[in-house]
Amino acid sequence: MKKFIIKTVINNRKYELSVSPNQTLLDLLREELGLTGTKRGCEVGECGACTVLINGEAVNSCLVLAPQIDGKEVLTVEGLAEDGELHPLQKSFMKHDAVHCGYCTPGMIMSAKQLVEENPQPTEEEIRTAISGNLCRCTGYVQIVDAISEVQK
Amino acid sequence: MNSKNNHKIIGNPEQRVDAIGKVTGTAKFAEDYNVLHQLYGKVLRSKYPHAKILSVDTSKAEQLDGVEAVLTANDIPGKKVFGIVVQNQTFLAIDKVRYLGDGVALVAAKTKEIAEQAIALIDVQYEPLPVIADPEESIKTDAVKIHGDDNTFVHHKVRKGDIEKGFAEADFILEKKFKTQFIEHSYIEPEAVLAELAEHGGVKITGSVQNLFSSRRSVAAALNLDLNKVQIIQSTLGGSFGGKDEVMTSMCCRAALLCLKTGKPVKMVNTREESMLESYKRHPYVLFYKWGVKNDGSITAMEIKCIADGGAYASMSPFVTWRSVVQATGPYHCENVKTDIYAVYTNNNYTGAMRGFGSPQVNFAIESMMDELAEKVGKNPIEIRLQNGYERGDVTATGQKLDHNVSYKEVLKKAAEAINFEEKWKQYRASPKTPFKKGIGLASSYRGVSLGAEGTDAVGTIVSVQTDGSVIVSSGITDMGQGAQTQMSQITAEVLGISMERIQFLNTNTSRVPDSGPTVASRGTIMSGSAAKKAAEIVKSTLLDVASEMTGVALQNLDIKNNYLVDVSNDQRLASFSELAAECFNNGKPMYGLGWHKSPHTSWDEEHGQGDAYYTFVYGTNIAEIEVDTETGKVNVVDFVSAHDVGKAINRNTVLGQIYGGVAMGLGYGMLEEFEFENGIPKQLNFDEYLIATAMDVPRIKAIIVENEDAAGPFGAKSIGEPATELAAPAIVNAIYNATGKRIYEIPANLERVLLGHKLTRTGERGSVQKEKEETVNFDSCKIRSTEK
Repeated sequence: MKKFIIKTVINNRKYELSVSPNQTLLDLLREELGLTGTKRGCEVGECGACTVLINGEAVNSCLVLAPQIDGKEVLTVEGLAEDGELHPLQKSFMKHDAVHCGYCTPGMIMSAKQLVEENPQPTEEEIRTAISGNLCRCTGYVQIVDAISEVQK
Repeated sequence: MNSKNNHKIIGNPEQRVDAIGKVTGTAKFAEDYNVLHQLYGKVLRSKYPHAKILSVDTSKAEQLDGVEAVLTANDIPGKKVFGIVVQNQTFLAIDKVRYLGDGVALVAAKTKEIAEQAIALIDVQYEPLPVIADPEESIKTDAVKIHGDDNTFVHHKVRKGDIEKGFAEADFILEKKFKTQFIEHSYIEPEAVLAELAEHGGVKITGSVQNLFSSRRSVAAALNLDLNKVQIIQSTLGGSFGGKDEVMTSMCCRAALLCLKTGKPVKMVNTREESMLESYKRHPYVLFYKWGVKNDGSITAMEIKCIADGGAYASMSPFVTWRSVVQATGPYHCENVKTDIYAVYTNNNYTGAMRGFGSPQVNFAIESMMDELAEKVGKNPIEIRLQNGYERGDVTATGQKLDHNVSYKEVLKKAAEAINFEEKWKQYRASPKTPFKKGIGLASSYRGVSLGAEGTDAVGTIVSVQTDGSVIVSSGITDMGQGAQTQMSQITAEVLGISMERIQFLNTNTSRVPDSGPTVASRGTIMSGSAAKKAAEIVKSTLLDVASEMTGVALQNLDIKNNYLVDVSNDQRLASFSELAAECFNNGKPMYGLGWHKSPHTSWDEEHGQGDAYYTFVYGTNIAEIEVDTETGKVNVVDFVSAHDVGKAINRNTVLGQIYGGVAMGLGYGMLEEFEFENGIPKQLNFDEYLIATAMDVPRIKAIIVENEDAAGPFGAKSIGEPATELAAPAIVNAIYNATGKRIYEIPANLERVLLGHKLTRTGERGSVQKEKEETVNFDSCKIRSTEK
């Protein structure tokens, strides 16, 4: 199959990659780049475990084809901390015990990041809407909502 | 600090010990493990829910470039079946398939894609057999048999008093039929393993395994290996809820078999569809409840029959239904009880352990009955429960005298007060008919802690102090996200007098910790916590002996506090914990403790269903306040209270988390979720059709933690994992009755059941609907009328 050469920035690092047209961004991240923090849950865009940011917008990476990130910036959970300092959302999730099994956590945090970047003081309703595409079976979402609401930009 | 008991760490909302890797992405879940030259394993599953296998031709698949092995049951060198009680589950089908998830053949290939192509090239010839999809059909004597000559493989009984006498004493009879549904565990992480050859024989398996030791037993038997040649290491587990047991045993065995045959590492990962197709579910029950009742609200007799759909294999059904039979009367007085619980085979997915484990089904029936009883005798739901509920010293239906702090009524009252239950209940039931109707409902329970008389109940936890004073803890009990590692770390830190940062917890590895049985039955904290406490006490005793020699201070004046050795007579710091550890090492003393905890005595007489079933119990109450849109059937939960006596909250945040998550799962059970089959064929195989609660569906939950410390647990702690999920469904159903005056007898109480009073079943055709048949059931001696609708 014909490969595409794409230029992209992932977690603030420049890449020039040769990708297949049918390869998902999720597969590219996990299988080619070793960024396994982004999780595979359903591969149909329902569970949100694979959520990453493309140019600041939360997307299900299982529904994005690798060639589509050409010229764009991708941020995954591995790129959140800066200079060894955890992102406020990461700290808040730990503080509020919003992390149980942890499988939904990376995707949940990425959805929350887009929210707090765009809406510095979200209401509880806005928080719940923002993470409604991220399924969590452990927490009942209460502590996750609390963790996000404490992080105000 | 907890001032009452002067604890430093117990009771604090300490941060989870495994949180950091989970927020940064460094935590390694099963699918995150990769090694050089690994092959990819795939499973060919059955084409029919029930069929004879006439032939399996693997030749074409074997010839495909990149394929390294194609295997069937014939390639299993040892025991080809497994099972915790009844050993009849196949790793790969032998002659027959019994549900659509049965594995028939395996492939290992260089890439996933090649493995999938090879699977498609395997030619299996089947002779389809009649499908048994309904447990009420399966139990009939003339039904097609799925295993051997009887589809009924469990019959548990409880016999107390004389029900004929009890019914004769009654003023009236209350008799109802209830039905519950299949539920998918819906752990967000699908199953995965990586099997590698061990250096000196045998295999090393890393994977998303909940119960490592039972999986190891079955894998070793299948591969003809000693237990010490099968090492299973738990990867960070992305949720389980009872679900990653037999399905993982099977996957471990298959990957290990491919690995041993090819001599190469083999990775297996289920897609979500494969996971839902193969994995076991929560048991659907048909429940027949018949109570003899006096006009004053007391209960003179209970006759209870339940049929559990066990699906294709026995799995945990014998234990799940045993918990049901013990708890089937609820925490309510009745001198005359006859309970019979059956599990039967069908060609649906097999059913097994799921958080709650046989209690959510019976609680739905019991608590619905209780509210009906209240209605009939003109009492409110609180009054009827206070009248009939257990207190300390009372004797249960199984003849067990409750000699711990029975806080059933305390918990009930605290929950009711927190939401002003009685006033709202009265107000809502009297309010006029409007499109939106408010309602409030409650449900309460008692629940046996840990395994009880199911079997051996013992756990080992290891505490190992390093020469710099840092500490490594490991245990046979696994963390699936419930926080077991954090509880054990807190207990260790509390006993040793050190801070949490000094502790590192290791994931469970069957070759490095003692067989501690399964991590089930909400036994994690009470069992492994007790073992951690003992382990830490062993180490501390050694450390203080060395300290006394080192300092010349009498032993009784020495303690470790805030990371320092102190003379308690003058509060003087004598050495740091690190210095003490180094001194201990230099003196050649062991800084290693294995804490072993065996549960107190339990007993069970299978014939009469009498005995001390569990060594202690927990008590809980859930209250749901809802609004029903009577024009659409939509139920909104506007407020929710969940009160539980946990004995002692080791970590307040984790207990709250368990309550919130348990309620969310319970609401799904009561209102939303249903894994449906049509003649043995599942209708939903991914989250686009199998719906679980999102953040928009779960309300803010008020959790009430009641603490009556229990001598049976570490620092008084008992359980919360399963109690938290077993009450939301009946609370919702009772609230719907309060709002609308209509009672739901089959859950989930979804739009159509609330609006129409019955289920709408989609047939094979998209968009089509079919009204479920009204049925009249005449089950054995218990003459049950069809449910009043």
